[in-house]
Amino acid sequence: MAQDGARLTRRRHDAPRERAGRWALAGLAAIPLGFLGLFFAWPVAAILGLGLRDGGRGTPVGVMLTSGETWRIVGFTLGQAAAATVLALLAGLPVAFLLARCALPFRNVVRVLVTVPFVLPTVVVGLAFRALLPNSGVLAIVLANAFFNVAVVARTVGGLWAHTDRRAEDAARALGASRWRAFTSVVLPALTPAISSAAAVVFLFCATSFGVVLILGGARYRTLETEIYLRAVNLFDLRGAAALSLLQLAAVIGALTLGAVARRRRESALALRGRAETARRPQGGEWVVVTIALVVVVLLLTPIAGLVLRSLSTVDGWGIAGYQALLGVGARDALSGVTGFAAAANSLRTAFDATLIAMTLGVLASVVLSRLPRRRPLLAGAMDTALMLPIGVSAVTLGFGYLITMDALPGDFRTSPLLVPFAQALVATPLVVRTVLPVLRAVDERLRQAAATLGASPFRVWREVDLPMAGRALLAAAGFAYVIALGEFGATSFLVRPEAPTLPVAIARFISRPGELNNQMAYAACTMLMVVTVLVVLAIERARVAEVGEF
Amino acid sequence: MRRHQTRSQTRAGRVGLALAAVLTLAGCTLVGGPAEPGSGERKVVLVTHDSFVAPQELLDRFRRQHGVKLEVRKLGDAGRLTNELALTKANPVGDVAFGVDSTFASRALDEGVFQPYRSPDADKGPQRHAPEGGQDRLTAVDVGDVCLNIDPSWYAERSLPEPASLDDLTQPQYRDQLVVTDPATSSPGLAFLLATIAKYGEDGFTAYWNKLRANGVKVTSGWEEAYNQDFSGAAGKGPRPIVVSYASSPAAEVQDGKPRTKALLGTCYRQVEYAGVLANTRNVEEARNVVDFLISAEFQETVAEAMYVYPAREDVALPESWRRAAPLPDKPAFLPAEKVKDGRERWVEQWRKTVHG
Repeated sequence: MAQDGARLTRRRHDAPRERAGRWALAGLAAIPLGFLGLFFAWPVAAILGLGLRDGGRGTPVGVMLTSGETWRIVGFTLGQAAAATVLALLAGLPVAFLLARCALPFRNVVRVLVTVPFVLPTVVVGLAFRALLPNSGVLAIVLANAFFNVAVVARTVGGLWAHTDRRAEDAARALGASRWRAFTSVVLPALTPAISSAAAVVFLFCATSFGVVLILGGARYRTLETEIYLRAVNLFDLRGAAALSLLQLAAVIGALTLGAVARRRRESALALRGRAETARRPQGGEWVVVTIALVVVVLLLTPIAGLVLRSLSTVDGWGIAGYQALLGVGARDALSGVTGFAAAANSLRTAFDATLIAMTLGVLASVVLSRLPRRRPLLAGAMDTALMLPIGVSAVTLGFGYLITMDALPGDFRTSPLLVPFAQALVATPLVVRTVLPVLRAVDERLRQAAATLGASPFRVWREVDLPMAGRALLAAAGFAYVIALGEFGATSFLVRPEAPTLPVAIARFISRPGELNNQMAYAACTMLMVVTVLVVLAIERARVAEVGEF
Repeated sequence: MRRHQTRSQTRAGRVGLALAAVLTLAGCTLVGGPAEPGSGERKVVLVTHDSFVAPQELLDRFRRQHGVKLEVRKLGDAGRLTNELALTKANPVGDVAFGVDSTFASRALDEGVFQPYRSPDADKGPQRHAPEGGQDRLTAVDVGDVCLNIDPSWYAERSLPEPASLDDLTQPQYRDQLVVTDPATSSPGLAFLLATIAKYGEDGFTAYWNKLRANGVKVTSGWEEAYNQDFSGAAGKGPRPIVVSYASSPAAEVQDGKPRTKALLGTCYRQVEYAGVLANTRNVEEARNVVDFLISAEFQETVAEAMYVYPAREDVALPESWRRAAPLPDKPAFLPAEKVKDGRERWVEQWRKTVHG
């Protein structure tokens, strides 16, 4: 009550300042929303519009939406995504605990290793799981999708966990709560925003996963994503594809809204701490969790080790022919004279650009979302959902959309090399928001108010209050954005120029050609991609040594 | 206060150092890489699929000869290429296209993607493969037949006779040996389905597939899985000795001068890849030069080794290793493009019902 009274008084006195703040907020929001409108909403709306008009050709929307087959596909899409999300959460939470709370020497190694699966091209992971689990269909799809996304859970949840105050938990324990009780009634509620954030992102990635479903599902298990691709590309049924895209959009918005509602109920200010004081050596039962986390890591590494072995095996024993060919020029020139090094450099360059864009957009959006007054939940919810949509929309829809709209931008933007980092940034931005926003929202508003009362400008408040507390999350977000951009395949393969392929695109090209050497080069390129990822994550981790958060 | 400053300075320093390291590593600019050399130069843009490969010295020669740069832009597989050409026909992303194949030709022709042009060299072979109703607009550049491939050593080890025809595959002795790709998701899979339709007719092909199913045929979504993982003749050393692939694939599996695999020439389906001048290009002359270039003897000599396809010109010889490992099938099956366009979706649906039940 007293607090409300204080705010009311302040509003009365500072009305012009408040209004200016609102305009500044709108200005900040305009940048990410403008980008989203121009490079996402417009192309997608244009291609859907074209498909739905398309001169009466293709499958009518009504037929599409009333067919039992369509609804079976919708059911399977959502079901497998939900199962993979649950699995990724179950596997990711122990890893998040290890990363956030345990002062153990190998923790940094684990942090780097769990991100590796995330960058691997789906075709390679699909083949790896097919080799491990032949003929298992649904199970293999769920496992493979979870395999990709454990990192999302570990990093998103770990980011917030590292900053939550350990003393509340210790107090509960001191008052006689069991370890489990302390976890469920103190820790879990505090982590709910991050967990539901991670779940939303993982769900979207799984619902729109393409290569894995195609390889492991065969024609038996189809999802909206694979069906949209097949209709649009192989059957020229733009109308049917548009109808399915609308369904996909509706399903994604529905899932996001559910997630947002669940999240809002639990959101609260937490007493955030710097990291050093929250990590300590595990004790007693915590070792069980640590062991589970390590088992998860070993399981994640199994398919990866398989890939490395494949890159070294030849018909007559072991060899490094694949690596040699990769470092020269492809034996049969599958990359038109581009070496593996050049492809790696292209990957790094575009990923860097994408990260810059995604961080700019994501941080601006997070600041706006964290500052939107609580009495405007609809506005915040709508903006939040809009930012997440690019993960939930099929790459073929966006790619075709670019083709029919981007020529209206100066210099025929359809063929601009900038489209690749732009598209990658669209996918990475939601992850930045999901990593940074829970932390910003958890910052106690009274700290900001106190700073403002002491005369700090809004920017100063952000720098002195928000930035130190979110510092860790910002670095994590940048690292993650980079890794997402490195591994992005769907949109990239659509937009990349042939003389500048990224590593995942190069791998897919090698593996689609006959001959042993091409095969070895594909796996050698995978190893190279993993090494590059590890190096980049390490470089970003270096910056993290200078941990912010002394307050 | 003083202490705080020092700390934040070192912090900034370290973050800056790491950033600099990443920057150097990436050699970054937001404009994404090295500036295009000579971007002011006149150029003609060839839009094509991912598998297109042309030797640099030929591209350079084209530039010297015609005074324009030949720029290549790849747009995915043949299906996506055709779609993108159709979507952008009013304002094409290039001047000339290569890679629309016989399965997709009628769609491109119906959409009015191409304008008439017949190359002077078209009579030296390419015209034999011209699509019905599009002879004036599309020029055949190469032929890439889809055939069953087998692993002869698998049969030799077991002293079993190799299969030779589509009929053989339904025999009990070839049980659980065949792996095919899904015609809905894979272009060789579609070609193989068309081969069975050409042979057994629209009314008979489902009966044939029923027999294949009873005989343990395995279906994968893509060529990559079937060939790399399930086929015993490729590097993956899978369990099955018969796979749907290309007539040219054995040329890639030569070891110590001997092919390890073999295409069954009686099971092939003809696929032709075409080039044509795009309808709304502003560089008609240059675009025509590109079509001439694609069927010139110099370029045609490279297509076998570079793209695993057979030249459309008659006067171009295949490489020696190909003549032994991967000769061109002489009587492949073929269905008219128009018929494929009309039947395709229905056939694939019938196939799905038959094979997946």
